[in-house]
Amino acid sequence: MATTVQGVRPGVAIEERASRGLWRDALSRLRRNKPAIFGMICITIFVTVAILAPVLAPYDPNKGGLGPSFAPPSSEHLAGLDKLGRDELSRVVWGARISLFVGIVSVTVGLCIGGIVGALSGGIGGWVDTVLMRAVDVMLSIPGILLAIGIVAWLGQGLPQIMLAVAFTNAPIFARILRGSLLALREAEFVTVSRSIGSGSGRILLRHMLPNALTALIVAATLALATAVIDVAGLGFLGLGPPDPRTAEWGTMLTDSTEALRRAPHLIFAPGIAIIISAIGFNLLGDGLRESLDPRLKR
Amino acid sequence: MLQYIVRRLLSAVPVMFGLSIILFAFIHLLPGDPAATILGQHARPELVAAMRQRLGLDLPLWQQYVNYMGDLLRGDLGRSFVNNRPVLDDFLIRFPGTIELTVAAMIYAAGLGIPLGRFAARRPQSTGDAIVTVVSLLGISVPIFVLGLTLQYGFSVQLRWLPATGRIDPRLTIEQVTHFMLIDTLLAGRVDAFIDALRHLILPAIALGSIPLAIITRITRAAVLDVANEDYVRTARAKGLREQRVDGRHIMRNAWLPVVTVLGLQVGGLLAGAVITETVFAWSGVGKWVVEAIEAHDYFVVQSSILMFAFIFLIVNLIVDVGYAFLNPRIRYS
Repeated sequence: MATTVQGVRPGVAIEERASRGLWRDALSRLRRNKPAIFGMICITIFVTVAILAPVLAPYDPNKGGLGPSFAPPSSEHLAGLDKLGRDELSRVVWGARISLFVGIVSVTVGLCIGGIVGALSGGIGGWVDTVLMRAVDVMLSIPGILLAIGIVAWLGQGLPQIMLAVAFTNAPIFARILRGSLLALREAEFVTVSRSIGSGSGRILLRHMLPNALTALIVAATLALATAVIDVAGLGFLGLGPPDPRTAEWGTMLTDSTEALRRAPHLIFAPGIAIIISAIGFNLLGDGLRESLDPRLKR
Repeated sequence: MLQYIVRRLLSAVPVMFGLSIILFAFIHLLPGDPAATILGQHARPELVAAMRQRLGLDLPLWQQYVNYMGDLLRGDLGRSFVNNRPVLDDFLIRFPGTIELTVAAMIYAAGLGIPLGRFAARRPQSTGDAIVTVVSLLGISVPIFVLGLTLQYGFSVQLRWLPATGRIDPRLTIEQVTHFMLIDTLLAGRVDAFIDALRHLILPAIALGSIPLAIITRITRAAVLDVANEDYVRTARAKGLREQRVDGRHIMRNAWLPVVTVLGLQVGGLLAGAVITETVFAWSGVGKWVVEAIEAHDYFVVQSSILMFAFIFLIVNLIVDVGYAFLNPRIRYS
């Protein structure tokens, strides 16, 4: 009994040190990556604004008649007023909540679905892999936003539907990435070693292959957050946003601005810049993570 | 080569089959009754039942699927609930508009992206390289609708250089033969109309091409940098070849592979992006049609157009794969 414990302990210790090493290593590389730092600043702004919206927003986002419709930016209303005389800046600030919330939930749901499919496919292989990957091919054959449009069109408008739609456009991509990394890891030396000392296939998959395959998935999920924010706004822009027209959502706000392009161009810029900042943030962080998590890409 | 093409063609069959099942399931298993939707909320139940019968919705599910597949294989995509016209007819009228737009966007993206990528790779870490990197970052971070609206405001509202919406000045009447505006104007012998159509094409093409431009620039830069470090490039330089020749013969020939692949992969994104671009620029194409169909709950139009989009996407992927195999002998024999 004592020997088993002793025999296991060093192994665990090595494993932990190795995994901590990867992350600490990646973090120190990430800290030296200037674009990634800039990305993190953008994300911090985005998240802070979303969380502190009630404090930061100067006005009630739904209170109309604060001044003339389409009033241009002024010292009182930094981003001007919209058609109903609502404060545009307050609406953009509150809109951050929806974008962040929908983005995170949809990517997480997509990760769960895609992760399970990818793990089964790459971990079990054989006919399971064939069937699941054909299904993924089918999903990937429909261009992303069109799939999302289709899902929202059929399930009806609403935040849960939007989240599900964006999740379903991401899930097949995650499944494919995880499966790919698992397949590559199957032939890795440490997997062969683990198999040769008699580890079961479930243990090998969970303890050795998945943790190593996660890095690619984390990068993909970060980049997917950028696409999710854009896709959610895109659905809103196409009129498939939250069903309550009063909801401050960036894409829906842009649709309203198209009617008044001539009179009130400021209505494009505030929500537009908000979307761009959050997308740039996640794109830069994703690229930075990719570079720092993959030691081979070290410059 | 032929064997490879046949094999790839056959592998697309199960995907199309699966797709047809998913789209069928969408219509028939999810809540919502097309018959009730067509007739409106307050229709009498017996009318709804009659409509269900007319649409074949009262048959067992498997039989509905067989009928649907049978129609599909005969090229019958159903009729629009809204105007009762065959979906395929409307699709064929609108598709040229989308092709015109996507081809223009692709020309813009590849025509600018490949030289930009080569330029950036020539002097990595230089200021020029940094600028190109920032531009390509903006390309993937600025949504099409934001860029589109900004372009409209800048070039149409403020500068008045280019028209903001539509495919041609509505005052010009051009006989629609091919439904490609650029071709129809030329067929009519109207150079002024051709130039007008071209002017209408510029802003939507730039908006739609921005994402592929960013990706093509990135990939070209990476591919050229990758090849430039190869031993045979050093050898070519060492034996005294002129830089121009090293660049054209040794670097670009090998860097083309990933670039061509990514060009093909962009087509799916362009088709998806066309949905939003066409809405922003009131461009009459399949994308705008789909959005209008969704607003009108025109089920068959939505179902069929998504199926057609996916079909085209698969065909393009197939062409890319075959082209790739043609360029890279290693793929063919594996």
